[in-house]
Amino acid sequence: MVETQLLVVGGGPAGLAAASAAASLGIEVLLADEGLKLGGQLVKQTHKFFGSREHHAGVRGIDIPNLLLENQDKVNIMSNTTIIGCYEDGVLTAVTGEDQYFKIKPQRVVFATGASEKFLSFPGNDLPGVYGAGAVQTLMNQYGVVPGKRVLMIGAGNIGIIVSYQLLQAGIHVAAVVEAAPNIGAYLVHASKLARAGVPILTRHTIVEAKGTDSVQSAVIAQLDEKWQVIPGTEKELEVDVVCLAVGLSPVLDLLSQIGCRRKYIPELGGDVPFRDKQLKTSIDWIYVAGDTAGVEEASAAMVEGRLAGAAAAAQLGADSTEAGKIIASCQASLDSLRRGPVGAKIRAGIAKLEGGCCKCLNHQA
Amino acid sequence: MLKSSGIAQKSDWEAKLPDVNRRKSGPYVVIECYQKIPCNPCEGACPNKAVTIGEDINTIPCVEYGRCNGCGICISRCPGLAIFVVDEGFCPGFGKILIPWEYLPLPTKGSVVAGVGRDGKELCPAEVVEVRIAKNQDRTAVIGLKVPLDFVNQVRGIKLGGEENGR
Ligand SMILES: Cc1cc2nc3c(=O)[nH]c(=O)nc-3n(C[C@H](O)[C@H](O)[C@H](O)COP(=O)(O)OP(=O)(O)OC[C@H]3O[C@@H](n4cnc5c(N)ncnc54)[C@H](O)[C@@H]3O)c2cc1C
Ligand code: SF4
Ligand code: SF4
Repeated sequence: MVETQLLVVGGGPAGLAAASAAASLGIEVLLADEGLKLGGQLVKQTHKFFGSREHHAGVRGIDIPNLLLENQDKVNIMSNTTIIGCYEDGVLTAVTGEDQYFKIKPQRVVFATGASEKFLSFPGNDLPGVYGAGAVQTLMNQYGVVPGKRVLMIGAGNIGIIVSYQLLQAGIHVAAVVEAAPNIGAYLVHASKLARAGVPILTRHTIVEAKGTDSVQSAVIAQLDEKWQVIPGTEKELEVDVVCLAVGLSPVLDLLSQIGCRRKYIPELGGDVPFRDKQLKTSIDWIYVAGDTAGVEEASAAMVEGRLAGAAAAAQLGADSTEAGKIIASCQASLDSLRRGPVGAKIRAGIAKLEGGCCKCLNHQA
Repeated sequence: MLKSSGIAQKSDWEAKLPDVNRRKSGPYVVIECYQKIPCNPCEGACPNKAVTIGEDINTIPCVEYGRCNGCGICISRCPGLAIFVVDEGFCPGFGKILIPWEYLPLPTKGSVVAGVGRDGKELCPAEVVEVRIAKNQDRTAVIGLKVPLDFVNQVRGIKLGGEENGR
């Protein structure tokens, strides 16, 4: 049995920030990540990041993990290690590589396991050539393999638009980006980048069908009316060999569900999200959450949430409460400022629902 | 229209230009960032402190044109590739624009490429008069283009050799 004061599950921006904050407060930290390389989503993001300069905006995602790891020699890192179980007696089970199973008994845990991609149902979605945007990025940016020659992107949120841009950079043709909503969800500066490369972004459009015998050979798209129904006669067939889905993310909650953390369905935050208080503690006293697991947002917020959860857990573990308190207060202020604008409205609404609903779910739900 | 297509319309981008006198008096920055997003690298990038966002990181950047000398340092720092520099006094009948560029191959100095608009459509030939790719630009090149004066605020991208998708 491995013992530690704090276990951080997940080594993306949230997990790295949590581990570093707790270690700076003198807490013994173990960080486990299932990947070979730390950084979570960041290791695939070749573009320069948005956000605030204090949180490394303007730096390419791939270069951010190194910056986050700078003073992390006090953190014990286990990569290639997946946490596979979380039990009421406070024991977690883990596996390194394929077959090295072991148990961990931490005093506190921060779950920063990120989010997973949503899927879309349409005829032909099981054909080879239909990918999630994350898979396309992994193939292309981590392994240098192109997914195909001509791509139809579904979804004009930041991920769909950014992955389309990365496809163009890799020399692949993007036939169009289709988006069911009336407006582009991505930051408009990103969308404009794609527009001036000549890629049409078709809002109020959807994919009707992917066609092909052994793999995708074409895709049918169509326009939607105000009620989100296909307008008959607007169907168009595009010759593509890849359909890439970027239709949203939802928090990864397997382990939190296993241990029975309270959760709530909040579409603004990506679906089912764990209940957490202002210091990111879940309904279970020794478990904290941070980053996309706590509600799908972006990397700046994930880093701040990580620091916040790391400091809050450290305070509970007996770290200097004035120092921890300072970190907690400054993180809460940064989060407020990041979420203050109109693009943060959805997140604010989601969090209000979560916080407003918490008394109810605490009283009425098991 | 910008919100549904990603293409800024004339009324959108005209509002981002300085007044006529300033436009005639030397190169100026054009920041085509129209939406309140939590982002501020441009503010820190300008050595002359011409760009302000302020305490609320969601504020749209504001340019003090008296301070901007059109150096173009801010161009490669913007993750949205939304910053351009325009010089309307480059040579008779022609202006020079600086645009960000993140595709390979880089265009070569002296070559003539197609200048494209905000919608990716070809507008006019553009001569590549400068290619900046210093280390501190972190792989975002800045390309200087000589274009007919009428097009200085229309051309925002290029196509090399007529290939698709800006490449
Ligand atoms: C295409 C794209 C573009 C983006 N662009 C931007 C941008 O410009 N600016 C911005 O701020 N944000 C951007 N984001 C969002 C940002 O990448 C994420 O919000 C951020 O990475 C979330 O951080 P995280 O630490 O919560 O999760 P992740 O980065 O997803 O990290 C989670 C980690 O947990 C590990 N893990 C999961 N389960 C287990 C387990 N059971 N055991 C061990 N390890 C586990 C995973 O391997 C992973 O390393 C972008 C995202 C995408 C997909
Ligand atoms: S062009 Fe130069 S002076 Fe003008 S805003 Fe950009 S960095 Fe500042
Ligand atoms: S850095 Fe670019 S995208 Fe960010 S606020 Fe400034 S101009 Fe807009």
